[in-house]
Amino acid sequence: MKPYEYARPNDLDEALALLSDTWGETEILAGGTDLITCMKQHVTEPSRLVSLRDIEALRGITVDDESVSIGAMTTLADVAAHAEVRTLYPAIVTAIEGIGAAQMVNAGTVGGDCCQRPRCWYFRTENGLLAQANGESLVPDGDNRYHAIFGNEAAAHFVSPSSLGPALIALGAEMFITGPGGATRTVPAGDFFKRPESEAERETVLAPNEILVAIRILKLGLKNATYEVRHRAGLDWPYATASVAFAYDDEKVSAARVVLGHVAPTPWSVPDAAAKLEGSAVTEKHAAACGEAAIGGATPLSKNGYKLQLARTAVKRALLAAAGSTKEA
Amino acid sequence: MAKPQWPSAEKRRLIGKRIARLDGPIKSAGVAKYAYDQNFEGLLYAKIFYSPYPAATINAVNMDAAKALPGVETVWVDESLIGNEVRYVGQVVAAVAAVSEEIANEALRLITLDATPLEAQIDDADPSKAEERKSEREEGDFEATMAAAEVKTTGHYSIPVITHCCLESHGQTAKMEGDDLYIWPSTQAVSLYANGLDEAVGIPQANIHVDCQVMGGGFGSKFSHDKWGVIGSLLAKETGKPVKLMLERDQELMVAGNRPSAHGEITVGVNRSGKLQAMEATLWGTGGPGGYRPPPVPYVFTKIPATRMTGMRIKTNRGGQRAWRGPGHPQGCFLTMAAVEDAAAAIGMDALEFFKTNLELTERAELYAKQLDIAADMIGYKTKAHLRGDKTDGPLKRGIGIGIHTWGGLGHPSNCDISVHPDGSVVLKMGTQDLGVGTRTVVGIVAAETFGLPLEAIDVNIGSNAYPSSNASGGSTTVGGISAATRLASTDALNKLIDVVAPRLDVDIDDLEAVDGKLQSISDPTKSIPWKDACKLLGAKSVLGRGENIRGESQELGLIDQGVGGVQMADVTVDVETGVVTLNEMAAVQDCGLIIDLKTAESQVYGGLIMGITYALYEECIYDNRSGRMLNADMEFYRLAGLKDVGQLKVHMMTGPGFDERGVIGLGEPPVISPGAAISNAVANACGVRVPELPLTPDKVVAALQAGGIV
Ligand SMILES: Cc1cc2nc3c(=O)[nH]c(=O)nc-3n(C[C@H](O)[C@H](O)[C@H](O)COP(=O)(O)OP(=O)(O)OC[C@H]3O[C@@H](n4cnc5c(N)ncnc54)[C@H](O)[C@@H]3O)c2cc1C
Repeated sequence: MKPYEYARPNDLDEALALLSDTWGETEILAGGTDLITCMKQHVTEPSRLVSLRDIEALRGITVDDESVSIGAMTTLADVAAHAEVRTLYPAIVTAIEGIGAAQMVNAGTVGGDCCQRPRCWYFRTENGLLAQANGESLVPDGDNRYHAIFGNEAAAHFVSPSSLGPALIALGAEMFITGPGGATRTVPAGDFFKRPESEAERETVLAPNEILVAIRILKLGLKNATYEVRHRAGLDWPYATASVAFAYDDEKVSAARVVLGHVAPTPWSVPDAAAKLEGSAVTEKHAAACGEAAIGGATPLSKNGYKLQLARTAVKRALLAAAGSTKEA
Repeated sequence: MAKPQWPSAEKRRLIGKRIARLDGPIKSAGVAKYAYDQNFEGLLYAKIFYSPYPAATINAVNMDAAKALPGVETVWVDESLIGNEVRYVGQVVAAVAAVSEEIANEALRLITLDATPLEAQIDDADPSKAEERKSEREEGDFEATMAAAEVKTTGHYSIPVITHCCLESHGQTAKMEGDDLYIWPSTQAVSLYANGLDEAVGIPQANIHVDCQVMGGGFGSKFSHDKWGVIGSLLAKETGKPVKLMLERDQELMVAGNRPSAHGEITVGVNRSGKLQAMEATLWGTGGPGGYRPPPVPYVFTKIPATRMTGMRIKTNRGGQRAWRGPGHPQGCFLTMAAVEDAAAAIGMDALEFFKTNLELTERAELYAKQLDIAADMIGYKTKAHLRGDKTDGPLKRGIGIGIHTWGGLGHPSNCDISVHPDGSVVLKMGTQDLGVGTRTVVGIVAAETFGLPLEAIDVNIGSNAYPSSNASGGSTTVGGISAATRLASTDALNKLIDVVAPRLDVDIDDLEAVDGKLQSISDPTKSIPWKDACKLLGAKSVLGRGENIRGESQELGLIDQGVGGVQMADVTVDVETGVVTLNEMAAVQDCGLIIDLKTAESQVYGGLIMGITYALYEECIYDNRSGRMLNADMEFYRLAGLKDVGQLKVHMMTGPGFDERGVIGLGEPPVISPGAAISNAVANACGVRVPELPLTPDKVVAALQAGGIV
């Protein structure tokens, strides 16, 4: 690991002033569960770390009549334990609990989860984010069992690692961002994640000197759930996930969002599949049809075709779980 | 006179009881010192630079920049590689020693290699890549018997290369004092560790002091001092400073040993009555660049009337194999049990009935029959069993599977010294090692039992090559070897004490026994003397008892034996819509002769089950076929089972008459052999199709379900 400077500012402005406008020169440190690993793997070699740990304003959950706001430095454990979050947003709670280890959710933060780097094993062994050698991706002819089945026709083949991402998009969350000089902007979660086209880019719309400050989720009364296909119970990654949210009045779906996770370089919204549910009840049959529609257009690689079956099932089960939660309420 | 034979059941106070490990408390408290915990003033950290090429000729290694990095004390290069070939990614090429781990790691990145890449073979699944040389073996009238079999089933079965994945990586801390090398390795062979190391570093064995009190797992991968042992010692010798060299996790997984793969095309001929008639198998796999022996197939059912076996090796540019718990057996067991269970399914026969029908084709029909019944009871076979394919509604399908195994486990050569001192203290010395399994506790129990003393009264000294030599711990040979040697040494010491005490008590030496902290007359228990007082009679002179386990002799005495059997059953749930396999329950029935410590014996079986569940469900070395790099050389994608993944584990040890009188038999390997077979069979039973490969991960399960038209 390269020697680096460690800065621990106690307000946001100070933190922003310490950030470079070039990726990799400085890095934002939250819980450190991913960033430190990235540094050990030489994925990034910053000369300065800017810790957000002492910036109190970034931590905590506030609830008002309209929405729930979560500070970026709130730990995943605190989010999953929050009473209001638990009742309103099971899609988020399942996503966090799925991570499977108290150590990880106690240290990991909401901001860190959204901005964590992909786990692609070519990326993590110094082949770059796009995993290329001589301008060609190593992934299609390599071992791609955990790689993307959607959105993989361009340079990126990794999957977005964030389990929160799909849940936030399904719930229509907004991401609050602050940049140089305190400039703020708000981005819908659905626009926050992006697919990098070159090594100079990263996986979100953040600029190197911008900080994700908070996430706000409106209280729209949406039925919602996440279903994750996981094998091991402890700290691990899911093979595919689906987060869904929809209004459900008189057993009729409206405003449905269906978002797949761990299948594409970004959380993968499938609006056409969601549209299929419009106006109908969430039955086993409808949910299965939606799952089927969700995997239409997938472009699996040599070793990850199995993910289609998993994604299809995840959608079906997430929909049924969300509808089920309605009945109990 | 004490006799070396084991005491009869009614006389045993400690042997066979559940006794907690002597070193449990220091391990739980985190104060046990492992190789990594040996810290000294001025310690240097050594790190290894390894080949990034799967195959290349090394032209030059440039260490200049690494050497120049402030904090780097010295560097080492394997000069013998210059002009020669490296054969796998991870092969040791050079090393650095620095004042901190961080600097050492940074220095590695400054080393440059001038190499000419060569063509490499990475994949091991394609039999066309096998060497031309084949092993062929035919037994019985194969053609005719196979042709006459009423039903034939053919399947492909595959078990990948996995690693030992020791939680404590390989390595050691080494330190010179004058002409003497003090070394704290993580090893399975304390007494043999310096063999070869002496010549490699130019220090006579008498000056090499090896110490390993606790270690974090070897599983067959830590018999040698290895190249890193040589490098660490040389660096310590050169710098005069203590040097710690422990492998990083990626190196541990790439180069510190693995279990060879096994792939097979197997045809089974069976009659409708369920009787196995014939088996044909073509087997191949890899052990890396070096040797490979196809696994024993048919396994356990070795008396199938007619067999034809062809074995092939694929040499690959991957880290080399090492003995992995029960070498060859887990592979042979999986391939055989899966293939014959497929035959049972083809004729529509219940698997338990099928296995029972064919027990006469094994070496231990009677034992296995009993074990099958016990395991069936433990897991509730009668109520849960169904023919292949759970027909109940919904995606969750449940199934039961069976595996049967065998192992030798004859105690290894081992020496033990026990001295009894005038103050009553008992000091035991043996150059064995405790891999975490309870060796220290077992020798203590045997000595305490013999002297009629509590376990705490024995000062157990192991883990050093200063003590009488004892063999390496491998192949389930330790418990027999150390138990016999300890029993022989302690009876020898006791008899020397009896020689002194008997006349003073005015009893015949044959009439004196050690019980309950006393020496006591057998014929007249009122004549006795407390242990301490008895020892005082030694005056100024201690007595020394010596024990040597000589295999044939100890077997003759009934102290040790070999040859065990075990049956395991697994109960799984398969989610056929996701391919996720969940383990509900496993039952293990095992014999291992006379059990010294029931607790550590059972815990060995639990450990075997967990390790077996892990390779059945998760473990697999994944390589990039171009770079030759192991892609999951980490603990993230090289998955191990956690506590929540293993389900309910039930262990039954067969003890008592019929078992105890055989003497002590090793238990390290047996319990890890069957899980792959039992779990694979359970999955097939649940979902209705054979998933031909281990581990049973969602990708492989879904592929098999799709091929079988189930989803
Ligand atoms: C074996 C394993 C399994 C895992 N499984 C899952 C899983 O199933 N699902 C899942 O979602 N995660 C999983 N994780 C990842 C884990 O959740 C993340 O490591 C964690 O959420 C990161 O949070 P952190 O606060 O520690 O981030 P850090 O490591 O501190 O930061 C991560 C990245 O985000 C950036 N960053 C952090 N905060 C901000 C901010 N406020 N603004 C801008 N940039 C910021 C950092 O610069 C860095 O690049 C797993 C990790 C491991 C090792």
